[in-house]
Amino acid sequence: MVSLLIVSHSAQLAAGVREFASQVAGDTVQILDAGGTDDGSLGTSINRIQQGLEQIASPDGTLVLVDLGSAVLSVEMAIEALGDVNRIYISDAPLVEGAYLAALEASAEATLEETAAAALQARAMVKVRR
Amino acid sequence: MRITVEHVIKFVEGVAARIKEHRDELVQLDSPIGDSDHGVNMDRGFTTVLDKLPTVADKDIGTILKTVGMTLVSTVGGASGPLYGTAFIRAGMALTDRYELTPAEVVVALEAALEGIQARGKAQRGEKTMIDAIGPGVDVLKEAQANGEEFMSAMRRSVAAVEEGMKSTIPMLATKGRASYLGQRSIGHQDPGATSSFYIAQVMLETVEGIHE
Repeated sequence: MVSLLIVSHSAQLAAGVREFASQVAGDTVQILDAGGTDDGSLGTSINRIQQGLEQIASPDGTLVLVDLGSAVLSVEMAIEALGDVNRIYISDAPLVEGAYLAALEASAEATLEETAAAALQARAMVKVRR
Repeated sequence: MRITVEHVIKFVEGVAARIKEHRDELVQLDSPIGDSDHGVNMDRGFTTVLDKLPTVADKDIGTILKTVGMTLVSTVGGASGPLYGTAFIRAGMALTDRYELTPAEVVVALEAALEGIQARGKAQRGEKTMIDAIGPGVDVLKEAQANGEEFMSAMRRSVAAVEEGMKSTIPMLATKGRASYLGQRSIGHQDPGATSSFYIAQVMLETVEGIHE
């Protein structure tokens, strides 16, 4: 099963998105949050991200969802530090909607590619119809 | 000119002090076009670096710089952590096992640092980032080296180019980083990352001038 890591500059936001995505995925998909810096202030922590990736490492791969672009730099450094063990993709999807769709897809035993593609569909999600 | 471990330590300590001194200014620069945390993040990072320095003070220059980089990566929360962290790590990798440096080796390390930042940030010049300050400075040093110019004078011209590069970010439209979300409104503000890069370059020049005297 593909696992998901939620990365945000805010620890609370990451935890909230994890809670939200876990609700649709049930217990089947491993979802972890890695938000905030080591001392809990706003920012991202390569240590936290690396630990999160290690905890939910899956032979089927991991999809990482991020809030803003600078989080990508931290995730890339964490992936480099881990080396090539399992496949890890960074999603370019909006965080909340992307995590929701990815959790749904992953829970249906989708591949990493399918999960990543599902997350990206969040970009086209229409919430208000006029 | 011999650049030793002590000079490198002095440089890093000097950067930490300079960043602390300009902490509020960096926050203010970051507030209209970023998230107002550049000064705080950099100060937090370099304060931790100061704590770590004694543990590597007897090591080679490569190890010292890599330690600085790793510390920045794990303690600076914003994008500047991975960017400056990568810069110091790449510079350190270029200087593995060296306890003394020639000016030529300093240029090689700075080039490696710049390449590291460009690769990590996937940024080019003209996008209103620290690269717009550091890039011209490295250009001057490489060109001076090719022309056989004396290192001190090359360093002075290089830091002047960094300062000019920093100021050149004011009219630029940001296309990378948090400022890019502001689009046109990013124009008219000096980039905080380019500014901290200038302060680091300034301390580098002062450190080299200290050796010369």
